[in-house]
Amino acid sequence: MSAPANDHPLDLESPRFSIEKPAARYDKQGERPDAERLVAAQRAFGRDFGRAAAAYMESCIHCGNCAEACHFYLTTGDPKYTPIWKLEPFKQAYKREAGPFAWVYRALGLKRAVTVEQLEAWQELVYDSCTMCGRCTQICPMGIDIAGLVGLARHAMFEAGLVPHELWAVAERAEREGSPLGATPKVLSERLEWLADDYEVEIPVDQPEAEVLATFSSIEIMKYPESLVATAKVLNRSGYTWTVSTRGYEATNFGMLSGNVAWQRSMSLKLIEAAIACKAKILVLPECGHAYSALRWQGANMLGRPLPFRVLHISEFLAESLRSGRLKVRPLAMAAAFHDPCQISRRGGATSAPREVLAALGVELRETKDAGARNFCCGGGGGVVTIHRADPLRHKAFEIKMAQLDATGAELALTSCANCRQTFDDGRAHFGWRREMGSLLELVAGQLAD
Amino acid sequence: MELLEFARGPGLAIALALFAIGTVWRLAGIFRRPVKPDYSEPRSTALAAGALRAIVTRMWHPRNFRSRTLVGTLNAYGYHVGLAIVFFGFAPHIAFVERLTGLAWPAAPAWLFAVAVALTFIGLFYALMVRLTSPVLRLLSNFDDWASWAITIAPMVTGMAVIMLPIEQGYPASPASPVPVAIHLLSFELLIAWLPFSKLAHAFLVFVSRGYTGAAFARKGADL
Ligand code: SF4
Ligand code: SF4
Repeated sequence: MSAPANDHPLDLESPRFSIEKPAARYDKQGERPDAERLVAAQRAFGRDFGRAAAAYMESCIHCGNCAEACHFYLTTGDPKYTPIWKLEPFKQAYKREAGPFAWVYRALGLKRAVTVEQLEAWQELVYDSCTMCGRCTQICPMGIDIAGLVGLARHAMFEAGLVPHELWAVAERAEREGSPLGATPKVLSERLEWLADDYEVEIPVDQPEAEVLATFSSIEIMKYPESLVATAKVLNRSGYTWTVSTRGYEATNFGMLSGNVAWQRSMSLKLIEAAIACKAKILVLPECGHAYSALRWQGANMLGRPLPFRVLHISEFLAESLRSGRLKVRPLAMAAAFHDPCQISRRGGATSAPREVLAALGVELRETKDAGARNFCCGGGGGVVTIHRADPLRHKAFEIKMAQLDATGAELALTSCANCRQTFDDGRAHFGWRREMGSLLELVAGQLAD
Repeated sequence: MELLEFARGPGLAIALALFAIGTVWRLAGIFRRPVKPDYSEPRSTALAAGALRAIVTRMWHPRNFRSRTLVGTLNAYGYHVGLAIVFFGFAPHIAFVERLTGLAWPAAPAWLFAVAVALTFIGLFYALMVRLTSPVLRLLSNFDDWASWAITIAPMVTGMAVIMLPIEQGYPASPASPVPVAIHLLSFELLIAWLPFSKLAHAFLVFVSRGYTGAAFARKGADL
C-alpha cells in the first residue's frame, strides 16, 4: 500500500477543516485562447496609460516602504502583499512594450513578455489583496500612486477575462439589472413606498424638476433601509426641492471596481442623465466611498465634459447645510470615533466634512491613532468584500481596525460608507466584536431640530 | 593614448553625452504619453503649488509611518548627503571641476570630509545588508538594484585607492600615479553614464512623480 499523499496537509487548528496552504486559485471568464487574453490585456493596459502612470512606472526605487503602509502586509507579514509588487507584471509589460527603453529591453531580451500564467497568478494580488485604499501612496518617498495604477491594472485584467468571479458577477448584474444586489427600479419603488408609509416620511420619486437628486447605494436599499429614511428626513428638512429618480439611483459602481470601463461609464451616465433630466443643481451621493470616486472625480470624465450640477457626498451635504443653517441639530453628549472611508477622505479630499458634522452635534470626537488621510481601510473596499476566498485575508486586516477603534474608548463608532459598515458587520460577526459601526447620516437624522 | 588621457578626454565626453541623452530620452518617454483632460470640478486650482508641496514635504516621511521608516530614511539621508559632500566638498574634485569649467568653491574641512566618507560607506553597506535580508526587498530587487548599488559605491572604492597615494601640491594635471586616478575617474564616468538608464534616475524622476501626485491631490483637496 502506498503512503498517503502528503502534498496537502490539513490545518486541524482552524474552526473548520481546511488545507493549510491551498494552491493559488483564480477565475477566468469566457472561453478564449490565452494568446487572445494577453493581447486584450496589453491593449487595455496601453490604452489608458497616460503621462502620470508612465512617470510612476519609471520612478520606483524598490525601497519597500509601501509594504509598511498596507494593512494586508502589516497583518500577514507576507512580502507578496507589498503594494508595488502587486503591479509587477504590469511594470514588466510597461517596460518591455511602452517605456522609453522598451526597444532595448526587447532587442536584448532583458525583459520577458508577460504571460497569461503570470496574470492568473496576480489576480489575487490585483483584486483580493488590494482595496485601492491608497494608504501606500502616503508613505512612498517617490509619491507613486499605487492605488491608481491598480485601477488601471484591473482594466487589463477585465479585458483578459481574469476577474474574481464573484466580483465579475456582481458587476455584470449591476450592468444588466441596474443594481448589484437586485435593487431594480421596481424593488426600489416598492421599498420607498413601504418606508414612506412605515416611517411616515415623504419621499418624492421621479419629480420632473428638483434642486437635489438623491442617490443610494444598493447596500443601503437592501441592508440598511433606515439610511434611505434618514436621507429623506434630512432632505425634507433642508428646504430644497428634491427627488429620487428611478432612471438613476444606484450610486455604487462595480464597473469601476471590476475594471470594466464601459460598464463604469454606463453606470455613471445613468446618474448623470437622471440629474440633468430633473435639472438638479446638486446630486447627493449616499454613504458610499467608491461612489464618490466614481462620480465626484471620474463622473465628468465619463461624460466627456464638466457636469452641469455639483456632486456632494452626503457628509459634505450635511456639513454644508449645517453651516448655512438649513439644518439644525440637537446636541448629543457622547464620544465617538470616526472611521474615514478611504475614497472619501484620503482619495476624495472630504476629510473635514464628517468632523464638521460631529462638531455641530457637539459630539466629542476621539480620533483613532491613524485618522483622516492616514486612516486604515476596513479591508472590504475596492470590491474585496465581494470576494469570498479573500475572507481570511480581509479578516486579518480587520484586526487593525478593531484594535484602533477599541483604543479610543469611544462609545460610538461611526462612518459614512455603507460598504465599510457591511465590512464592519461581517468582521464583528466573525470576531464576536462588541462594537457596532453606525452611520453618521442616521445619527444626524435622529438629532434633527426645528 | 594614456588611460588618464582617455578618462579625461573621450571617456568623460562619452559619459556626459550618455548622461544628457539618457536623461532627455527617459523624460521624453514619459512626457510623450498622452494626458487625458480632467473635467471634474476641482476643489483647488493651485496645482503647481500642490506639486511643489509634495516635492518638499515628501523629503521627510509622514508622522504616522515614522516608527516603521525612520532608520531607512535616516540611512538614506546619510549616504545621499555623504555622497554630496564627498563629490562637491573634496579639494581635488573642486580642482577637477575648475580645470574643466573655471568654477571653484571652498572645500569642506578635512573632518567633515572624513565623516562624509564614513557615512557613505556605512550607509551604502547598511542599505545592501537590508536589501539582502529583508524579505520584501529581496522580492522586489532586480538587476538594476544590485548594479546601481555597485556602480554607486565604485567611485568611493576607487577614490579610496587614490587617497592612499601621497597628495601632491596643487593637484597637478599630471599626477605621479596616473593609473589609479584614471580608474577613479572612469568609475565616476560609469556612474553618470549609468544614472539616467537605471533606478538612479530617481535623482530627477523624483520631481516628476511627486509632482504629479501632489498636483492630483491638490486638485481633490486631499492631504498627501
Ligand atoms: S492601495 Fe491600500 S490595499 Fe492596495 S496596496 Fe496600497 S495600501 Fe494596500
Ligand atoms: S514605497 Fe514607492 S518607491 Fe518604495 S518600493 Fe514602494 S512604490 Fe517603490
